[in-house]
Amino acid sequence: MSEAQNNNKFDFVYDFYSKMKESKVAIAYEGEISHEITKVFSSLAESHIAIDNESNTLKKRVFHVMIESLQNLSKHSGEKHDPKSATDGQGIFFVSKTDTEYTITTGNVIDKYELPGLKLIIKKINSSDKKSLKVLYKEQIKKGRLSEKGGAGLGFIDIVRKTGEQLIYSFFDINEKKSYFVLTSTVSRIK
Amino acid sequence: MQVIKIEGTDDTPQVTLDANPENPLMEISGRSLPEDVVAFYDPILEWLDEYAENPLEKTVLNIKLEYFNTASSKLLLDILLKLEDMYDAGHDVLVRWHYPDDDEDMEEAGEEYEDIVEVPFEQVSYTFE
Repeated sequence: MSEAQNNNKFDFVYDFYSKMKESKVAIAYEGEISHEITKVFSSLAESHIAIDNESNTLKKRVFHVMIESLQNLSKHSGEKHDPKSATDGQGIFFVSKTDTEYTITTGNVIDKYELPGLKLIIKKINSSDKKSLKVLYKEQIKKGRLSEKGGAGLGFIDIVRKTGEQLIYSFFDINEKKSYFVLTSTVSRIK
Repeated sequence: MQVIKIEGTDDTPQVTLDANPENPLMEISGRSLPEDVVAFYDPILEWLDEYAENPLEKTVLNIKLEYFNTASSKLLLDILLKLEDMYDAGHDVLVRWHYPDDDEDMEEAGEEYEDIVEVPFEQVSYTFE
């Protein structure tokens, strides 16, 4: 590898480090999200969070949001190493921590035809108050069986119910068939 | 009836289903976020189906979970619905929902199941170590 190429790589690493510090990112990962990876991150977070003497409820909320986010990634990412696998999708996973909140961010490729449905669900959840979220949750939990991916359709509803914060999301165009979906969940440390 | 005894792991709960009339115990405790929830809970649901054909005079199910993911919450409901069927059939059934006294979300989860399922429910708080 040429010196210029090496320098580029070093710049990238330092740049990445600086940006992570700036955005208070505590965990950053890009790659396959398997069940094993999900377990590793959640136990990592548990031990990190434990150091800061957070309340048991808050610790569990962060843990919970992390698990549901990672499981969404592994089940719904449109990018897979093994296309036959129902789980183990590819994705980006970030956890940031400031004085006031934790944010858990995921990014993954999705098929464009899934966009309208996804937007509709998130908008519906975001515009629901506590009471209607409860109704939504009960409707969904009572509804039939699990999907073939093993999802109960409860992840988003549960995140918003537990955190009391809206989901923040954005889509980026990759090509005519694919988009990149970024989703952030917030867990407040102060209320 | 066969006894089910499953040791808990960091992603699956400890399960005991023992219908021995001398000293019966039905308990699910620990953490539940299995990789394949259906595969994990299927034997438990099957056991309950068989048990429901000829249940003990009193059926008490203890649920003492520290954490469960949303996929597990669906399967927990399936378990509770089986107990509801037994209750509807005139059997004496009780669900004891144990939650750590400093975990409001787990307490609320119990209240919600109590709302959804028509079965006698008891909330029991404990101090988490």
